[in-house]
Order: sequence, then structure tokens, then C-alpha cells
Amino acid sequence: MGKTIEQVEEVVIRFAGDSGDGMQLTGGRFTESTAIVGNDLSTLPDFPAEIRAPAGSLAGVSAFQIKFSSRDIHTPGDKPDVLVAMNPAALKVHQKEVAPGGTIICNENAFTPKNLKLAGYETNPLEDKTLDDYYRLYSIEMSKMVSLANKDLEISPKIIDRTKNLFALGLLFWIYDRSLESTKKWLGVKFAKKPEIIEANIRAMDAGYNYGETTEIFTTRYKVDKADLPAGTYRNVVGNYALSMGLAAAAERSKLGLFYGGYPITPASDILHTLAAWKHLGIKTFQAEDEIAGITSILGAAFTGNLGITATSGPGIALKGEAMGLAVMAELPIVIINVQRGGPSTGLPTKTEQSDLMQAMYGRNGEAPIPVLASSTPGDCFFAAYEACRIAVKYMTPVILLTDGYLANGSEPWQVPKVDDLPDFEVSFADESNLADGQFLAYSRDKKTLARPWAIPGTPGLEHRIGGIETEDLTGNVSYDPDNHQYMVETRAKKVDAITNEIGPSEVFGNKSGDLLILSWGGTKGACRSATEALKADGKKVSHLHLRWINPFPKDLGENLIKFKNILIPEINYGQLIKIIRAEFLVDAKGLNQVRGKPISSLDIQDAANKLIG
Amino acid sequence: MPETVKTYTKKDFTSDQAVRWCPGCGDYAVLAQTQKVFPDLGVDKEKFVFISGIGCSSRFPYYMDTYGFHTIHGRAPAIASGVKLANPDLSVWVVTGDGDGLSIGGNHTIHLLRRNLDINVMLFNNRIYGLTKGQYSPTSEVGKITKSTPMGSLDRPFNPLTVALGAGATFVSRTIDKELKHMQSMIKRSHGHKGTSFMEIYQNCNIFNDGAFLAQTDKDQKAETVLILENGQPMIFGKENNKGVRLDGNKPVIVDIGDKWSVDDILVHDESDYVIASLLSNMTYQTDFPDPIGVLYAVETETYEETMVAQINEAIKKKPKGNVQEIINAGDTWVVK
Repeated sequence: MGKTIEQVEEVVIRFAGDSGDGMQLTGGRFTESTAIVGNDLSTLPDFPAEIRAPAGSLAGVSAFQIKFSSRDIHTPGDKPDVLVAMNPAALKVHQKEVAPGGTIICNENAFTPKNLKLAGYETNPLEDKTLDDYYRLYSIEMSKMVSLANKDLEISPKIIDRTKNLFALGLLFWIYDRSLESTKKWLGVKFAKKPEIIEANIRAMDAGYNYGETTEIFTTRYKVDKADLPAGTYRNVVGNYALSMGLAAAAERSKLGLFYGGYPITPASDILHTLAAWKHLGIKTFQAEDEIAGITSILGAAFTGNLGITATSGPGIALKGEAMGLAVMAELPIVIINVQRGGPSTGLPTKTEQSDLMQAMYGRNGEAPIPVLASSTPGDCFFAAYEACRIAVKYMTPVILLTDGYLANGSEPWQVPKVDDLPDFEVSFADESNLADGQFLAYSRDKKTLARPWAIPGTPGLEHRIGGIETEDLTGNVSYDPDNHQYMVETRAKKVDAITNEIGPSEVFGNKSGDLLILSWGGTKGACRSATEALKADGKKVSHLHLRWINPFPKDLGENLIKFKNILIPEINYGQLIKIIRAEFLVDAKGLNQVRGKPISSLDIQDAANKLIG
Repeated sequence: MPETVKTYTKKDFTSDQAVRWCPGCGDYAVLAQTQKVFPDLGVDKEKFVFISGIGCSSRFPYYMDTYGFHTIHGRAPAIASGVKLANPDLSVWVVTGDGDGLSIGGNHTIHLLRRNLDINVMLFNNRIYGLTKGQYSPTSEVGKITKSTPMGSLDRPFNPLTVALGAGATFVSRTIDKELKHMQSMIKRSHGHKGTSFMEIYQNCNIFNDGAFLAQTDKDQKAETVLILENGQPMIFGKENNKGVRLDGNKPVIVDIGDKWSVDDILVHDESDYVIASLLSNMTYQTDFPDPIGVLYAVETETYEETMVAQINEAIKKKPKGNVQEIINAGDTWVVK
């Protein structure tokens, strides 16, 4: 058969189907196989908040996008080159985003009159030729073919039909020249107790692969070369998992007990699930009765000498505000992870947003400064979590770590780090040597970090009381003295400022001056970097500065900002970092603000940049 | 319990902070009895931790020379849970009130009780909000005239002991701020109980709700209005010790011991009997019945922290010498040269 192999640099594929069609699983398997062949990749799961919206409905469409490339990439891609649509609703929701000339592969058997009506189609788009002018459309009877492939197995037709996602996966494996072996192995583990299910899925996947191989309709296979990544051992990693490993590494290196207290909330719950499975590391997890008990329990654990961690999302972070204020006053080390999602209120529970920055910075009563940092990629969640823990303990302060739904569920190839190579993380609790004339001063301070001593219950001679009422300098006793309050407010702020000593100078990608600086924080880093690369390649004088720490800012940020004629701040919110930057540095920064529940695309950033600098 | 426990006096548990409750407040008595009893508990002083929320009683930790944390309104049970789970060797005490523990913190209180961590809860019930200057509380009687309810409060009160029993508490008791010896024995019983102990203390707020428990504390009345419970003993009270609680079917009634009824007809207290405890707890705030004090209910079962530690030990046994590097390296990896 005369199949040609075409070399391409990068491909974006989107798998879309009903919530029950297994699209996340299909995307996940394609990702693993793509990682193994050494492409750089980035993924974006996109699923509905409803566990099972009515079958076939637009609300029930679940999707998974992957971009893979032979070069270093930063985003899960903008417009898909290939859309796999398992039913009419999936086609309806995602078709308009497919790149012109792109490929659409549909399960023809799902395009029934009932499903067409549910998706709002008056005529069948697979037959009415409306798509043919714009896309390469492949209409394949996937349900029928998995049914035929498995007809001699003694399992119900309904269960056999559920293997159609493996058919689609097998076909994509053929088109992009991937081995089926790792998925076969994975199926064997996942369904170890159900050999007939393993068999049905493998047959479906083989059928899809063979369909590509033998039919005439696919004439081309594509090859994406290995990416030129730095030498080392790699694995694929999802953000929430990387973050959990970072917390565990922090506990291991500091030799502190890790106590996680939290309440289930999307999309933060996976951190609780992951840590709960690592009891063999001595990790304690506590599913609290509510968000407030989640954070207050870790405050109790921190008072007792544990590394206290909580994670939440959406309205959960609002509920934790009061306890964060207590952590500021008590000067105890806890880490609050906020996996941001669309708001306000319940908002868009499964969609990404960066709209809690103001809440993280200022969302507490009184003057309550808290260090805030944000991770920038799924793999970076590991290092950001480690750093958040280290700073919290070193400075005896709560720390807020911001991630978002895209980082939490997205994945990328990750060069596996060595725990031993991570920055030093030494902890010493106060003991009797901290007594001054027989008295323990709970609010005496380290001269450099301004941290107070960490004296934990069970230590003889250091019995002391702390609380949420303003504390007297040195003794920690209750104090309503005006001068003391002024001094303590200033001191707590200075302590946070002192963290600039840890975070080093800001890094400008590109020239140190020019027409435009794109300034980013959090999960928009990749899109901003891609846009900057494209604009630079176009001859534009554009640079990129990404902020890991938002409180405090790097010392040199102001100097860097004023070297550019324009500043553009893309954010998935209605303008939050921009307000802080304008207030702090009096620069006329412009915003690009999209709140569409998904990452900002690098194309939109390029457009905005071009409008600014012409 | 460690082998070598130091010997202490009341002074060792008295901090250098001036006590700032209103003169005549019932809280003084609770503080004094606690400081008096603690030297006898056989625990190293540095292992005691007091956690409180917000309210008059929540200032308690400042006056105890132990580890202490005066936290935020209603959250003491959750903070105390974190303390206990981080270090199960500590003796953890929660000091709370009817507003703190049953209104804003009601959720945390019931969940602490159902989980059964080995934590001791002292709930000061004065049936009023004192610190905010006199609004009605969740234990105030219906029709209470306060600044926030000038025509009388509308809410029906609930009774802390019934709430505790309903939440699955394994130890439920009550004492009164004026009954010093009784309170001392209740503090000791709380400490001795393995699991969450819930102790309600009738506490007089002489500024905003003076005399709320007058009937139960007045020398001339209390013999008729208070039933002192003792395990295995018949429920007898009265000036002449001639009244008792008798079960009429499944309803408790008060009877005179004498002609018609003898001591043998009187219900015998059994701390391990949930039905008896429920029945006793419901005698609260009722004019026909005396208010029971003492231990209503005490049963022992596994504590939350015991099970948590057991799970961790089991996981370590299955996968000894686990480390993070192993997790990082797991799964499909590939090498780029």
C-alpha cells in the first residue's frame, strides 16, 4: 500500500466526546506514548463540572488537547490540527476552533437523529457537505467496527461500545506512528481482574490501528522528530501530581512531619488524593469538615511543629481568609495552595482562571501581608511547592502558592530532579538555649529574616501563649499599645519584604530594553514566551519577563520595566497584576484580559502586542 | 505516660498575666480548679496545650502557664485536632463557650466529637454572649430580652449535652462553677477518658445574665434542682434525699421515696447506657426535673489518632524505606542523550 510519511514539526490534536466516552483516558494514553518517543509536549484537559451531564448533550462534552513537537514548546497549542469528535455534540462545540484545512475524524455511528437533535443540528454535518470545503473529514463507523471485532466475546454490547475510544486511539497511534505496547501494558494493569475487558479494549485499539494501515482513505502518516531537550531522564507529569511530590520532598528534606488538612474541591482535590496514598512516607492527611477546618487544622499542626499544608480552589480560598490572618499574627509556617478556577462564587469549577491574585494579595482583614508565588508550568508546580514550604519555615510565615486549573490538570515532559540537589532546607526548633534570663521570648526575631523562634509543645521550659490578638514585641503577650501595634504591623511587612533576598533578580528573556515588554505571572508564561519568540522572529523589539514571586517582587523589577516603551500584561482575569504594577511602579502598562475558562493563546498575545507597537 | 513525671504545684500552672475577667465571673472558679487539679494528673507540664476560640472563656489559655493558643471564633476544635494529630502524645484541652462552641463553631464541635480524638473540651455555658456585651446565645431561653432581641428572642435553645450525644460523643459530663469539688472530679474524669471528652460547665455571667443558674446554685434550692449522678447508684436527690427518678414505661418521672416507692424503684445510673444518657440530657432546662450533673455517658472506643497512626504504620510496613525520589522516578521514563 502506498502510504507516504510526512515530516512535521508540531501537531495539535483534540479528542472530544461525551463525558462517558473516555476522552481524558484516551488523551492521557496518547500523551504517555508521545512522551516516550521523545517529543516535547503540553496538554490541556477540558471537562464539564457535571459528572455525567445528559448523554449526547452539549453540556456533557469532555475534551483533551495535546500539542507535541520536535522543538521546545510552551503551550498546549491554539487551534487543533486534528479533531476527534465521538458524537455530534463534540463536533458542534469544537469544530469552529479547528485550524482551516485541519482534519476531523468522527464516529459516524453516533450521528443518530437523536444525537443530532441534542447537538442542535438540523441536518447531518457528515452528509450535508457543509464541512467539506474547510476540513478533511473522515467519517468512520467506530461503534460498528468495535462491535464486529468483539462479537465473539461474552460481554454486553454496551460494554463493547465503550471501547470505541480505544479504536480512535489506535487509529491516531497509526497516523502518528506510535507503539501500542505501553497502552497494552497499561490496560493489563488497570483491568487486571477483568481479562475480557482487557481483550475487548486491545481488539478495539488494534482495529483502529489496522483500519489506518489497510484502508485507502488515509494516505499519509506523520512523523514528529524527537525534541532537542536537555540531556537527562524524563517523565510526563501532571501539575497537581508534581505539586504533591514537591510537598513530600519538602517534608523529606526538612525532616518535618507533613500534615495536610483540606476539604474536597475541584480542581484541588487531587492533591489530597495523592498525598493520602503516600502514608508510607509518614504523611498525615485529614479530610476536614469544611474549608475553615482544613486551614485551621494545619495551623494547629504548624504550632506543633509540622509542615502544615492546605489546598483549595474557588470559594474555598475566601473561606480560609480569616485563618490566614491568624497565621500572619501567630507567625506560623503554613502553605496555602490555591488552584484557581473560574469565579466568582461557584463560577466555572472545572475551567481555569487567574482571578484570585487580588484575593491572595489583599483578601484579609487588617494589614496582613502574605508572601505569594505562582507556578508557571505543570512541572514547575514541584519546585514552586518546595520553595513555598522552604520560605514559610525559614521566615515563619504563611505562604500562598497560586496554580490554576490548567496547570493542575495539564501535563508536560519533565526532567526528573534529584531530591538531594534541591536547595538546603534545615529546620531547628527552639529549645532551652533560647531562654533569656529564664524567660522565653516567643516574638524575639532573627536579625536577618525577622523570623520568630519555632517553639513547639512538648519542649520543656518554653511554655508560652500565642493568639490572634495583637502581640507585644518580644514577649508575645496581648498588647493594645499604639506604638507596639504600629511597630508590629511594620515588622510583619518588613519580614515579607526580606524574602526578596531569596528570590534573586528578575530574568528578562530577550533584550533588556526595547519597544515592548510582555509581563506575565503563573500559567500564562508559556503563551507569553511563545508569543515573544514569534514576535522576535518577526523582527520586533519585544522581550518577556515572567514573575514567579508577586509578593514580594524581585528587587530590580522596577528598573527593568522602565527600560521598555510599552508593557503588556496578559492575564486570565479582568486586570489584577496590572493594577498592582501600575500602583507600585507608576508605569502605563496595558492589559490583555480574557476570561473564557481557558488559557490565553499566544496568537491573541501577538495580536495585542502588534496593536500596541504597530 | 512517661515514667518520670515532675512534681508540680498550682503555681507552676499560673502564668504571669493578670486575669482580666469581670470581678465575680464564674470563669475564675474554673481556672482555679484547673490549676489546682493539673499537678495531680501525672503529665509533664510541657505536654499540656490549651486551645481556645473567641469569647470571655477563650482568654483562659493566657492564664495557664502551659502551651496555649488563643485562636479565632469557633475554630478551636479544628485547631486542636491539628495539634493532637501532629503529636498524639500531647494532652490537648479546648476551652470554649456556648456561642463559640455551639453557634459559630457548632460544626467543628460536632465533627470533633464524632471523630473521637483524645481531646478534652470544656464548654462554659452562661447562656449569653458576654464579650460582645449581652446578646442572646444558642442556649438562651426563648423570649430572652437582650439588646439584639428587644421583644424577646425567637430561637429555641439547644442543650449542649443532647447535641454532644447526638454527635456521637464518647464522654459527656456536666458540672457547675459553684461546685468546686465536683468540678475537680469532672476535670480529672475528662482527662482520664480516652477519646473526646465533653464537659459542660454551668457558668454565671454576673454582668449580662446574672442568676441564669440561680436555681441550681442557690443553697436553699439546689438540693431540689440538681441531680448528682454517680455510676451504679440510684438517681436520688432532694433536701431529704427522698426524691428519685423512676422509669414509667420509657418516660422518666420524679417520685417520692416513702410509702408508694422505695429506693429499689429508682433508676440506677449506668454511664455506658446511651438511652439513660439521652434521657438525662433531656432533663435540662425543665422545671419538672432536676438538672443532672456528673458523668452522663462514658464509653471507650478507638480514637481517631490511634487509627491514623495504625494506618501509617501499616503502610510503612508494606512499603518500608519509602522515599520521594522513588516516587519521582516511577512510571514511564525515557532518557534524552
